[in-house]
Amino acid sequence: MSANLVALWYLVASVCFILALKGLSSPTTARRGNAFGIAGMTIAVVTTLAVVAKGRLDLIVVAALAGGSVGTYVSRRVQMTQMPELVAAMHSLVGMAAVLIAVAVVNDPASFGIADPLPTGNKLELFIGTFVGAITFSGSVIAFGKLAGLGRHFRPFSSAPVVFRGQHWLNLALALAMIGFGIVFFMAEGKAWAPFIVMAAIAFLLGFLIIIPIGGADMPVVISMLNSYSGWAAAGIGFSLNNTMLIVAGSLVGSSGAILSYIMCKAMNRSFISVILGGFGAAEGAAAAGAGEKTVRSGSADDAAFLMANAESVIIVPGYGLAVARAQHAVKEMAEKLIHKGVNVRYAIHPVAGRMPGHMNVLLAEAEVPYDQVHEMEDINSEFGTTDVVLVLGANDVVNPLAHEKGSPIYGMPILEVARSRTVLVNKRSMAAGYAGLDNPLFYMDKTMMVFGDAKKVVEDIVKAL
Amino acid sequence: MTGTVDPTVINLIVFVLAVFVGYHVIWNVTPALHTPLMSVTNAISSVIIVGAILAAGPAEVDFGSALGAVAVGLAAVNVAGGFLVTQRMLEMFKKKQR
Repeated sequence: MSANLVALWYLVASVCFILALKGLSSPTTARRGNAFGIAGMTIAVVTTLAVVAKGRLDLIVVAALAGGSVGTYVSRRVQMTQMPELVAAMHSLVGMAAVLIAVAVVNDPASFGIADPLPTGNKLELFIGTFVGAITFSGSVIAFGKLAGLGRHFRPFSSAPVVFRGQHWLNLALALAMIGFGIVFFMAEGKAWAPFIVMAAIAFLLGFLIIIPIGGADMPVVISMLNSYSGWAAAGIGFSLNNTMLIVAGSLVGSSGAILSYIMCKAMNRSFISVILGGFGAAEGAAAAGAGEKTVRSGSADDAAFLMANAESVIIVPGYGLAVARAQHAVKEMAEKLIHKGVNVRYAIHPVAGRMPGHMNVLLAEAEVPYDQVHEMEDINSEFGTTDVVLVLGANDVVNPLAHEKGSPIYGMPILEVARSRTVLVNKRSMAAGYAGLDNPLFYMDKTMMVFGDAKKVVEDIVKAL
Repeated sequence: MTGTVDPTVINLIVFVLAVFVGYHVIWNVTPALHTPLMSVTNAISSVIIVGAILAAGPAEVDFGSALGAVAVGLAAVNVAGGFLVTQRMLEMFKKKQR
Protein backbone atom coordinates (compact mmCIF):
# COMPACT_ATOMS: atom_id res chain seq x y z
CA MET A 1 0.00 0.00 0.00
CA SER A 2 1.38 3.41 -0.92
CA ALA A 3 2.04 5.95 1.82
CA ASN A 4 -0.67 8.19 0.39
CA LEU A 5 -3.27 5.43 0.50
CA VAL A 6 -2.32 4.65 4.10
CA ALA A 7 -2.70 8.32 5.01
CA LEU A 8 -6.12 8.44 3.35
CA TRP A 9 -7.34 5.38 5.24
CA TYR A 10 -6.10 7.04 8.43
CA LEU A 11 -8.15 10.08 7.47
CA VAL A 12 -11.26 7.89 7.19
CA ALA A 13 -10.52 6.46 10.63
CA SER A 14 -10.07 9.95 12.10
CA VAL A 15 -13.46 11.02 10.73
CA CYS A 16 -15.01 7.90 12.29
CA PHE A 17 -13.59 8.89 15.69
CA ILE A 18 -15.06 12.37 15.40
CA LEU A 19 -18.45 10.85 14.50
CA ALA A 20 -18.16 8.50 17.49
CA LEU A 21 -17.92 11.48 19.83
CA LYS A 22 -20.59 13.41 17.96
CA GLY A 23 -23.00 10.49 18.49
CA LEU A 24 -22.81 11.01 22.25
CA SER A 25 -24.80 14.23 21.98
CA SER A 26 -27.93 12.17 22.61
CA PRO A 27 -28.67 8.69 23.99
CA THR A 28 -30.59 7.87 20.79
CA THR A 29 -27.55 8.34 18.54
CA ALA A 30 -24.90 7.16 21.00
CA ARG A 31 -24.91 3.50 20.00
CA ARG A 32 -24.46 4.41 16.35
CA GLY A 33 -21.57 6.63 17.45
CA ASN A 34 -19.91 3.73 19.21
CA ALA A 35 -20.26 1.67 16.03
CA PHE A 36 -18.42 4.44 14.17
CA GLY A 37 -15.67 4.28 16.78
CA ILE A 38 -15.30 0.54 16.34
CA ALA A 39 -15.24 0.96 12.55
CA GLY A 40 -12.56 3.65 12.82
CA MET A 41 -10.42 1.46 15.04
CA THR A 42 -10.81 -1.51 12.69
CA ILE A 43 -9.76 0.59 9.69
CA ALA A 44 -6.77 1.97 11.58
CA VAL A 45 -5.57 -1.45 12.73
CA VAL A 46 -6.10 -3.25 9.41
CA THR A 47 -4.34 -0.48 7.48
CA THR A 48 -1.37 -0.62 9.81
CA LEU A 49 -1.23 -4.41 9.63
CA ALA A 50 -1.05 -4.07 5.84
CA VAL A 51 1.91 -1.71 6.26
CA VAL A 52 3.87 -4.25 8.29
CA ALA A 53 2.56 -7.24 6.32
CA LYS A 54 6.07 -8.56 5.63
CA GLY A 55 7.00 -8.50 9.31
CA ARG A 56 6.14 -10.60 12.34
CA LEU A 57 2.36 -10.60 12.07
CA ASP A 58 2.19 -13.70 14.26
CA LEU A 59 3.76 -11.83 17.17
CA ILE A 60 1.36 -8.92 16.74
CA VAL A 61 -1.72 -11.13 16.43
CA VAL A 62 -0.84 -13.14 19.54
CA ALA A 63 -0.24 -9.97 21.58
CA ALA A 64 -3.44 -8.37 20.30
CA LEU A 65 -5.52 -11.48 21.01
CA ALA A 66 -4.09 -11.77 24.51
CA GLY A 67 -4.79 -8.11 25.30
CA GLY A 68 -8.15 -8.19 23.55
CA SER A 69 -9.39 -11.15 25.57
CA VAL A 70 -8.38 -9.51 28.83
CA GLY A 71 -10.24 -6.36 27.75
CA THR A 72 -13.31 -8.33 26.72
CA TYR A 73 -13.37 -10.28 29.96
CA VAL A 74 -13.03 -7.17 32.10
CA SER A 75 -15.64 -5.21 30.14
CA ARG A 76 -18.19 -7.99 30.75
CA ARG A 77 -17.41 -8.47 34.42
CA VAL A 78 -16.96 -4.93 35.69
CA GLN A 79 -19.74 -3.48 37.82
CA MET A 80 -21.03 -0.03 37.03
CA THR A 81 -19.97 1.23 40.46
CA GLN A 82 -16.41 0.18 39.54
CA MET A 83 -16.37 2.22 36.34
CA PRO A 84 -14.02 4.91 37.74
CA GLU A 85 -11.44 2.26 38.67
CA LEU A 86 -11.71 0.63 35.27
CA VAL A 87 -11.26 3.93 33.44
CA ALA A 88 -8.24 4.80 35.60
CA ALA A 89 -6.68 1.40 34.90
CA MET A 90 -7.23 1.87 31.19
CA HIS A 91 -5.59 5.30 31.22
CA SER A 92 -2.52 3.74 32.75
CA LEU A 93 -2.30 1.24 29.89
CA VAL A 94 -2.39 3.99 27.25
CA GLY A 95 0.36 5.83 29.14
CA MET A 96 2.53 2.72 29.39
CA ALA A 97 2.01 1.87 25.71
CA ALA A 98 3.13 5.40 24.79
CA VAL A 99 6.34 5.03 26.80
CA LEU A 100 7.11 1.60 25.31
CA ILE A 101 6.59 2.90 21.78
CA ALA A 102 8.83 5.88 22.49
CA VAL A 103 11.59 3.54 23.71
CA ALA A 104 11.20 1.46 20.55
CA VAL A 105 11.51 4.63 18.43
CA VAL A 106 14.71 5.68 20.19
CA ASN A 107 16.02 2.14 19.72
CA ASP A 108 15.31 1.89 15.99
CA PRO A 109 13.79 4.94 14.27
CA ALA A 110 14.15 3.32 10.83
CA SER A 111 11.43 0.74 11.52
CA PHE A 112 8.97 3.64 11.87
CA GLY A 113 10.17 5.26 8.65
CA ILE A 114 12.00 7.99 10.57
CA ALA A 115 15.60 8.98 9.79
CA ASP A 116 18.31 7.39 11.96
CA PRO A 117 19.77 9.16 13.95
CA LEU A 118 16.56 10.83 15.05
CA PRO A 119 16.02 14.38 13.76
CA THR A 120 15.88 16.98 16.54
CA GLY A 121 12.22 17.79 15.92
CA ASN A 122 11.17 14.18 16.41
CA LYS A 123 13.27 14.02 19.57
CA LEU A 124 11.43 16.93 21.09
CA GLU A 125 8.08 15.34 20.31
CA LEU A 126 9.29 12.00 21.60
CA PHE A 127 10.36 13.64 24.84
CA ILE A 128 6.91 15.16 25.29
CA GLY A 129 5.11 11.91 24.39
CA THR A 130 7.28 9.95 26.81
CA PHE A 131 6.97 12.14 29.85
CA VAL A 132 3.24 12.67 29.43
CA GLY A 133 2.83 8.91 28.95
CA ALA A 134 4.91 8.11 32.02
CA ILE A 135 3.02 10.59 34.22
CA THR A 136 -0.27 9.21 32.90
CA PHE A 137 0.84 5.69 33.78
CA SER A 138 2.00 6.16 37.35
CA GLY A 139 -0.67 8.79 38.11
CA SER A 140 -3.40 6.47 36.89
CA VAL A 141 -2.07 3.57 38.91
CA ILE A 142 -2.34 5.70 42.05
CA ALA A 143 -5.79 6.95 41.03
CA PHE A 144 -6.85 3.35 40.47
CA GLY A 145 -5.62 2.35 43.92
CA LYS A 146 -7.42 5.25 45.57
CA LEU A 147 -10.66 4.57 43.73
CA ALA A 148 -10.51 0.83 44.39
CA GLY A 149 -10.00 1.55 48.09
CA LEU A 150 -6.66 -0.22 48.38
CA GLY A 151 -5.37 2.27 50.96
CA ARG A 152 -5.19 -0.41 53.65
CA HIS A 153 -2.58 -2.31 51.68
CA PHE A 154 -0.45 0.54 50.44
CA ARG A 155 -0.55 4.03 51.94
CA PRO A 156 -0.22 6.05 48.69
CA PHE A 157 -3.49 4.39 47.62
CA SER A 158 -5.27 5.94 50.60
CA SER A 159 -8.28 8.04 49.62
CA ALA A 160 -7.13 10.55 52.23
CA PRO A 161 -4.54 12.94 50.80
CA VAL A 162 -0.94 11.89 51.42
CA VAL A 163 0.90 15.10 52.19
CA PHE A 164 4.38 15.91 53.51
CA ARG A 165 6.42 19.06 53.95
CA GLY A 166 8.13 20.48 50.90
CA GLN A 167 5.97 18.35 48.62
CA HIS A 168 5.30 21.08 46.06
CA TRP A 169 8.94 22.17 46.02
CA LEU A 170 10.03 18.58 45.48
CA ASN A 171 7.57 18.23 42.60
CA LEU A 172 8.76 21.49 41.07
CA ALA A 173 12.41 20.45 41.37
CA LEU A 174 11.65 17.08 39.78
CA ALA A 175 9.69 18.70 36.96
CA LEU A 176 12.60 21.04 36.21
CA ALA A 177 15.08 18.14 36.36
CA MET A 178 12.87 16.16 34.00
CA ILE A 179 12.77 19.02 31.51
CA GLY A 180 16.54 19.48 31.93
CA PHE A 181 17.27 15.86 31.02
CA GLY A 182 14.75 16.18 28.20
CA ILE A 183 16.77 19.07 26.79
CA VAL A 184 19.99 17.08 27.15
CA PHE A 185 18.33 14.23 25.23
CA PHE A 186 17.05 16.70 22.67
CA MET A 187 20.47 18.29 22.08
CA ALA A 188 22.57 15.11 22.20
CA GLU A 189 23.96 13.38 19.12
CA GLY A 190 22.98 9.78 18.42
CA LYS A 191 20.77 7.65 20.63
CA ALA A 192 21.43 9.35 23.99
CA TRP A 193 19.90 6.59 26.12
CA ALA A 194 21.11 7.90 29.48
CA PRO A 195 19.24 11.25 29.56
CA PHE A 196 16.20 9.58 27.99
CA ILE A 197 15.99 6.91 30.69
CA VAL A 198 16.59 9.37 33.55
CA MET A 199 13.95 11.68 32.11
CA ALA A 200 11.42 8.84 31.86
CA ALA A 201 12.21 7.63 35.38
CA ILE A 202 11.66 11.11 36.84
CA ALA A 203 8.38 11.36 34.93
CA PHE A 204 7.16 8.07 36.45
CA LEU A 205 8.05 9.33 39.91
CA LEU A 206 6.38 12.66 39.24
CA GLY A 207 3.09 11.03 38.17
CA PHE A 208 3.09 9.16 41.46
CA LEU A 209 3.86 12.26 43.53
CA ILE A 210 1.32 14.48 41.76
CA ILE A 211 -1.63 12.20 42.50
CA ILE A 212 -0.95 11.02 46.08
CA PRO A 213 -1.88 14.35 47.76
CA ILE A 214 -5.27 14.49 46.02
CA GLY A 215 -8.15 13.37 48.20
CA GLY A 216 -11.06 11.09 47.39
CA ALA A 217 -13.51 13.96 46.90
CA ASP A 218 -11.47 15.36 44.03
CA MET A 219 -11.26 12.07 42.17
CA PRO A 220 -13.76 13.08 39.45
CA VAL A 221 -11.35 15.86 38.46
CA VAL A 222 -8.31 13.61 38.63
CA ILE A 223 -9.69 10.94 36.38
CA SER A 224 -10.86 13.51 33.84
CA MET A 225 -7.39 15.06 33.96
CA LEU A 226 -5.68 11.70 33.42
CA ASN A 227 -8.13 11.06 30.58
CA SER A 228 -6.84 14.25 29.04
CA TYR A 229 -3.19 13.30 29.61
CA SER A 230 -3.66 9.90 27.97
CA GLY A 231 -4.91 11.77 24.89
CA TRP A 232 -1.98 14.19 24.84
CA ALA A 233 0.42 11.25 25.22
CA ALA A 234 -1.11 9.61 22.14
CA ALA A 235 -0.91 12.91 20.24
CA GLY A 236 2.74 13.31 21.26
CA ILE A 237 3.57 9.86 19.90
CA GLY A 238 1.62 10.78 16.75
CA PHE A 239 3.86 13.82 16.31
CA SER A 240 7.05 11.81 16.62
CA LEU A 241 5.79 9.17 14.19
CA ASN A 242 4.36 11.81 11.79
CA ASN A 243 1.04 9.98 12.11
CA THR A 244 -1.85 12.42 11.64
CA MET A 245 -4.49 9.95 12.78
CA LEU A 246 -2.78 9.52 16.14
CA ILE A 247 -2.56 13.29 16.43
CA VAL A 248 -6.27 13.73 15.65
CA ALA A 249 -7.41 10.94 17.98
CA GLY A 250 -5.07 12.13 20.74
CA SER A 251 -6.24 15.74 20.45
CA LEU A 252 -9.92 14.72 20.58
CA VAL A 253 -9.31 12.73 23.75
CA GLY A 254 -7.08 15.42 25.20
CA SER A 255 -9.66 18.15 24.75
CA SER A 256 -12.43 15.87 25.99
CA GLY A 257 -10.61 15.20 29.23
CA ALA A 258 -9.73 18.87 29.65
CA ILE A 259 -13.35 19.94 29.22
CA LEU A 260 -14.56 17.28 31.67
CA SER A 261 -11.98 18.45 34.22
CA TYR A 262 -13.24 22.00 33.78
CA ILE A 263 -16.88 20.94 34.22
CA MET A 264 -16.04 18.93 37.34
CA CYS A 265 -14.01 21.76 38.89
CA LYS A 266 -16.86 24.17 38.27
CA ALA A 267 -19.42 21.80 39.77
CA MET A 268 -17.30 21.48 42.91
CA ASN A 269 -16.43 25.17 43.00
CA ARG A 270 -12.73 24.32 43.08
CA SER A 271 -10.02 25.84 40.95
CA PHE A 272 -8.03 23.42 38.86
CA ILE A 273 -4.79 24.57 40.47
CA SER A 274 -6.04 23.91 43.99
CA VAL A 275 -7.17 20.41 43.00
CA ILE A 276 -3.75 19.67 41.54
CA LEU A 277 -1.95 21.01 44.59
CA GLY A 278 -4.10 18.62 46.60
CA GLY A 279 -4.55 18.25 50.32
CA PHE A 280 -8.32 18.87 50.18
CA GLY A 281 -10.42 16.83 52.58
CA ALA A 282 -7.58 16.21 55.01
CA ALA A 283 -8.75 15.93 58.63
CA GLU A 284 -11.81 18.02 57.89
CA GLY A 285 -14.25 15.28 58.81
CA ALA A 286 -14.36 16.46 62.41
CA ALA A 287 -15.54 19.95 61.49
CA ALA A 288 -19.19 18.99 61.58
CA ALA A 289 -19.07 17.85 65.17
CA GLY A 290 -21.06 19.90 67.64
CA ALA A 291 -24.06 19.88 65.35
CA GLY A 292 -26.10 18.00 67.91
CA GLU A 293 -27.48 21.16 69.54
CA LYS A 294 -30.00 21.99 66.86
CA THR A 295 -33.13 19.91 66.53
CA VAL A 296 -34.05 17.86 63.53
CA ARG A 297 -37.42 16.43 62.71
CA SER A 298 -37.15 12.76 61.95
CA GLY A 299 -39.74 10.40 60.61
CA SER A 300 -40.22 6.83 59.52
CA ALA A 301 -40.31 5.26 56.09
CA ASP A 302 -44.09 5.04 56.45
CA ASP A 303 -44.33 8.81 56.96
CA ALA A 304 -42.19 9.33 53.88
CA ALA A 305 -44.35 6.97 51.84
CA PHE A 306 -47.49 8.80 52.97
CA LEU A 307 -46.08 12.21 52.02
CA MET A 308 -44.94 11.09 48.60
CA ALA A 309 -48.09 9.14 47.77
CA ASN A 310 -50.16 12.25 48.42
CA ALA A 311 -47.92 14.56 46.45
CA GLU A 312 -48.49 15.69 42.90
CA SER A 313 -44.83 15.88 42.03
CA VAL A 314 -41.75 14.26 43.55
CA ILE A 315 -38.11 14.85 42.67
CA ILE A 316 -35.55 12.27 43.76
CA VAL A 317 -32.01 13.53 44.38
CA PRO A 318 -29.62 10.57 44.37
CA GLY A 319 -26.08 10.85 45.73
CA TYR A 320 -23.23 8.40 45.83
CA GLY A 321 -24.50 7.07 49.17
CA LEU A 322 -27.34 5.54 47.17
CA ALA A 323 -24.92 3.59 45.00
CA VAL A 324 -22.89 2.52 48.02
CA ALA A 325 -26.06 1.06 49.53
CA ARG A 326 -26.91 -0.56 46.15
CA ALA A 327 -30.38 0.92 46.38
CA GLN A 328 -30.86 1.94 42.73
CA HIS A 329 -33.24 -0.89 41.89
CA ALA A 330 -35.33 -0.29 44.99
CA VAL A 331 -35.54 3.40 44.06
CA LYS A 332 -36.71 2.54 40.59
CA GLU A 333 -39.40 0.28 42.04
CA MET A 334 -40.50 3.05 44.38
CA ALA A 335 -40.67 5.53 41.49
CA GLU A 336 -42.77 3.11 39.44
CA LYS A 337 -45.25 2.68 42.26
CA LEU A 338 -45.53 6.45 42.67
CA ILE A 339 -46.00 6.97 38.94
CA HIS A 340 -48.68 4.31 39.03
CA LYS A 341 -50.47 6.40 41.66
CA GLY A 342 -50.35 9.37 39.30
CA VAL A 343 -47.40 11.16 40.89
CA ASN A 344 -45.02 13.03 38.58
CA VAL A 345 -41.59 11.56 39.47
CA ARG A 346 -38.29 12.92 38.23
CA TYR A 347 -34.64 12.53 39.18
CA ALA A 348 -32.27 15.47 39.64
CA ILE A 349 -28.56 14.82 39.08
CA HIS A 350 -25.76 17.05 40.28
CA PRO A 351 -22.66 16.85 38.05
CA VAL A 352 -20.59 15.43 40.91
CA ALA A 353 -23.25 13.06 42.23
CA GLY A 354 -21.08 10.03 41.39
CA ARG A 355 -17.37 9.40 41.45
CA MET A 356 -16.75 10.34 37.85
CA PRO A 357 -18.51 12.59 35.34
CA GLY A 358 -21.93 11.17 34.48
CA HIS A 359 -21.51 8.25 36.88
CA MET A 360 -24.91 8.59 38.55
CA ASN A 361 -26.67 8.59 35.17
CA VAL A 362 -25.09 5.25 34.34
CA LEU A 363 -25.98 3.82 37.75
CA LEU A 364 -29.62 4.83 37.28
CA ALA A 365 -29.64 3.60 33.69
CA GLU A 366 -28.36 0.25 34.95
CA ALA A 367 -31.36 0.07 37.27
CA GLU A 368 -33.50 0.61 34.14
CA VAL A 369 -34.61 4.08 35.08
CA PRO A 370 -35.75 5.63 31.76
CA TYR A 371 -33.35 8.43 30.88
CA ASP A 372 -36.17 10.86 30.09
CA GLN A 373 -37.04 10.93 33.82
CA VAL A 374 -33.47 11.90 34.68
CA HIS A 375 -32.63 15.62 34.58
CA GLU A 376 -29.43 17.60 34.90
CA MET A 377 -29.02 20.32 37.51
CA GLU A 378 -29.42 23.32 35.16
CA ASP A 379 -32.59 21.87 33.66
CA ILE A 380 -34.40 21.00 36.85
CA ASN A 381 -33.30 23.69 39.33
CA SER A 382 -36.15 25.98 38.26
CA GLU A 383 -38.66 23.18 38.92
CA PHE A 384 -38.06 22.76 42.66
CA GLY A 385 -40.27 25.75 43.50
CA THR A 386 -43.33 23.95 42.13
CA THR A 387 -42.50 20.55 43.58
CA ASP A 388 -44.32 19.04 46.53
CA VAL A 389 -41.78 16.57 47.86
CA VAL A 390 -38.05 16.18 47.29
CA LEU A 391 -36.43 12.95 48.42
CA VAL A 392 -32.67 13.30 48.98
CA LEU A 393 -30.96 9.91 49.06
CA GLY A 394 -27.35 9.72 50.17
CA ALA A 395 -26.46 13.22 48.98
CA ASN A 396 -25.28 16.04 51.20
CA ASP A 397 -22.92 18.73 49.93
CA VAL A 398 -24.70 19.05 46.59
CA VAL A 399 -27.89 20.18 48.37
CA ASN A 400 -26.24 22.31 51.06
CA PRO A 401 -27.71 25.86 51.14
CA LEU A 402 -24.47 27.08 52.76
CA ALA A 403 -23.30 27.41 49.16
CA HIS A 404 -25.32 30.64 49.05
CA GLU A 405 -23.70 32.11 52.15
CA LYS A 406 -20.65 34.28 51.75
CA GLY A 407 -17.73 33.03 53.81
CA SER A 408 -18.70 29.38 53.83
CA PRO A 409 -16.07 27.06 52.36
CA ILE A 410 -18.43 25.96 49.60
CA TYR A 411 -19.71 29.47 48.82
CA GLY A 412 -20.48 29.72 45.11
CA MET A 413 -20.75 26.01 44.48
CA PRO A 414 -23.75 25.30 42.27
CA ILE A 415 -26.28 23.21 44.21
CA LEU A 416 -29.63 21.59 43.64
CA GLU A 417 -32.15 24.05 45.09
CA VAL A 418 -34.14 21.46 47.02
CA ALA A 419 -35.01 23.92 49.81
CA ARG A 420 -37.41 25.71 47.46
CA SER A 421 -39.79 22.76 47.39
CA ARG A 422 -42.68 22.35 49.82
CA THR A 423 -41.32 19.36 51.75
CA VAL A 424 -37.84 17.84 51.82
CA LEU A 425 -37.22 14.26 52.87
CA VAL A 426 -33.59 13.45 53.56
CA ASN A 427 -32.33 9.92 53.97
CA LYS A 428 -28.97 9.58 55.66
CA ARG A 429 -27.35 6.96 57.80
CA SER A 430 -26.46 9.46 60.50
CA MET A 431 -25.88 13.17 60.96
CA ALA A 432 -22.24 12.85 59.83
CA ALA A 433 -20.94 15.49 57.45
CA GLY A 434 -20.30 15.02 53.74
CA TYR A 435 -17.00 15.19 51.86
CA ALA A 436 -16.61 18.90 52.49
CA GLY A 437 -16.92 18.30 56.24
CA LEU A 438 -19.68 20.89 56.62
CA ASP A 439 -22.88 20.92 58.56
CA ASN A 440 -25.97 21.22 56.39
CA PRO A 441 -28.66 23.78 57.44
CA LEU A 442 -31.12 22.02 55.16
CA PHE A 443 -31.46 19.26 57.76
CA TYR A 444 -32.73 21.70 60.42
CA MET A 445 -35.38 23.43 58.33
CA ASP A 446 -39.02 23.15 59.38
CA LYS A 447 -39.97 21.69 56.02
CA THR A 448 -37.35 18.95 56.29
CA MET A 449 -37.97 15.50 57.62
CA MET A 450 -34.99 13.22 58.18
CA VAL A 451 -35.41 9.50 57.56
CA PHE A 452 -32.42 7.81 59.15
CA GLY A 453 -31.16 4.41 58.05
CA ASP A 454 -29.49 2.53 55.24
CA ALA A 455 -30.74 3.89 51.92
CA LYS A 456 -31.69 0.49 50.56
CA LYS A 457 -33.56 -0.54 53.70
CA VAL A 458 -35.42 2.76 53.89
CA VAL A 459 -36.43 2.74 50.24
CA GLU A 460 -37.58 -0.87 50.47
CA ASP A 461 -39.68 0.02 53.50
CA ILE A 462 -41.19 2.92 51.57
CA VAL A 463 -42.03 0.55 48.70
CA LYS A 464 -43.77 -1.78 51.15
CA ALA A 465 -45.74 1.09 52.65
CA LEU A 466 -46.93 2.41 49.29
CA MET B 1 9.78 31.58 0.23
CA THR B 2 11.26 28.35 -0.99
CA GLY B 3 11.20 24.65 -0.17
CA THR B 4 8.50 22.33 1.12
CA VAL B 5 6.62 22.57 4.40
CA ASP B 6 8.25 20.61 7.20
CA PRO B 7 6.13 17.58 8.33
CA THR B 8 6.23 18.92 11.89
CA VAL B 9 4.46 22.07 10.75
CA ILE B 10 1.80 20.01 8.98
CA ASN B 11 1.42 17.95 12.17
CA LEU B 12 0.99 21.14 14.16
CA ILE B 13 -1.72 22.35 11.78
CA VAL B 14 -3.57 19.03 12.11
CA PHE B 15 -3.16 19.17 15.88
CA VAL B 16 -4.58 22.67 16.30
CA LEU B 17 -7.53 21.98 14.02
CA ALA B 18 -8.25 18.68 15.78
CA VAL B 19 -8.26 20.42 19.17
CA PHE B 20 -10.83 22.87 17.82
CA VAL B 21 -13.00 20.05 16.46
CA GLY B 22 -12.66 18.22 19.78
CA TYR B 23 -13.62 21.31 21.76
CA HIS B 24 -16.82 21.86 19.80
CA VAL B 25 -17.84 18.22 19.59
CA ILE B 26 -17.28 17.56 23.29
CA TRP B 27 -19.32 20.54 24.51
CA ASN B 28 -22.23 19.03 22.61
CA VAL B 29 -22.05 15.76 24.50
CA THR B 30 -24.97 15.46 26.89
CA PRO B 31 -23.81 15.39 30.54
CA ALA B 32 -25.80 12.20 31.07
CA LEU B 33 -23.33 10.40 28.80
CA HIS B 34 -20.11 11.72 30.32
CA THR B 35 -19.12 8.32 31.69
CA PRO B 36 -19.55 6.57 28.30
CA LEU B 37 -17.66 9.54 26.83
CA MET B 38 -14.70 8.76 29.08
CA SER B 39 -14.73 5.07 28.25
CA VAL B 40 -15.02 5.69 24.51
CA THR B 41 -12.27 8.31 24.51
CA ASN B 42 -10.21 5.74 26.34
CA ALA B 43 -10.84 3.31 23.54
CA ILE B 44 -10.04 5.98 20.94
CA SER B 45 -6.76 6.97 22.57
CA SER B 46 -5.76 3.33 22.39
CA VAL B 47 -5.43 3.88 18.64
CA ILE B 48 -1.86 4.27 19.84
CA ILE B 49 -1.90 0.54 19.05
CA VAL B 50 -1.00 1.69 15.52
CA GLY B 51 2.38 2.89 16.79
CA ALA B 52 2.75 -0.33 18.75
CA ILE B 53 2.10 -2.43 15.63
CA LEU B 54 4.75 -0.47 13.73
CA ALA B 55 7.18 -1.05 16.61
CA ALA B 56 6.43 -4.78 16.65
CA GLY B 57 6.48 -4.96 12.86
CA PRO B 58 10.09 -5.62 11.80
CA ALA B 59 10.77 -9.15 10.54
CA GLU B 60 13.66 -9.60 12.97
CA VAL B 61 12.64 -9.73 16.60
CA ASP B 62 14.84 -7.47 18.70
CA PHE B 63 14.54 -5.34 21.82
CA GLY B 64 12.38 -2.73 20.08
CA SER B 65 9.93 -5.12 18.50
CA ALA B 66 9.56 -7.04 21.76
CA LEU B 67 8.56 -3.78 23.47
CA GLY B 68 6.24 -3.11 20.55
CA ALA B 69 4.53 -6.45 21.06
CA VAL B 70 4.00 -5.69 24.76
CA ALA B 71 2.56 -2.30 23.79
CA VAL B 72 0.23 -4.01 21.29
CA GLY B 73 -1.02 -6.22 24.12
CA LEU B 74 -1.58 -3.29 26.51
CA ALA B 75 -3.33 -1.16 23.90
CA ALA B 76 -5.46 -4.13 22.78
CA VAL B 77 -6.87 -4.40 26.32
CA ASN B 78 -8.17 -0.87 25.90
CA VAL B 79 -9.38 -1.28 22.34
CA ALA B 80 -11.57 -4.25 23.23
CA GLY B 81 -12.41 -3.22 26.79
CA GLY B 82 -13.10 0.42 25.97
CA PHE B 83 -15.53 -0.12 23.13
CA LEU B 84 -17.28 -3.09 24.73
CA VAL B 85 -17.84 -1.45 28.07
CA THR B 86 -19.14 1.66 26.29
CA GLN B 87 -21.51 -0.53 24.32
CA ARG B 88 -22.65 -2.17 27.54
CA MET B 89 -23.37 1.18 29.17
CA LEU B 90 -25.15 2.63 26.15
CA GLU B 91 -27.43 -0.41 25.98
CA MET B 92 -28.73 0.63 29.40
CA PHE B 93 -29.84 4.08 28.28
CA LYS B 94 -33.31 3.34 27.07
CA LYS B 95 -36.54 5.25 26.90
CA LYS B 96 -39.52 4.21 28.90
CA GLN B 97 -41.21 1.24 27.29
CA ARG B 98 -44.94 1.51 26.88
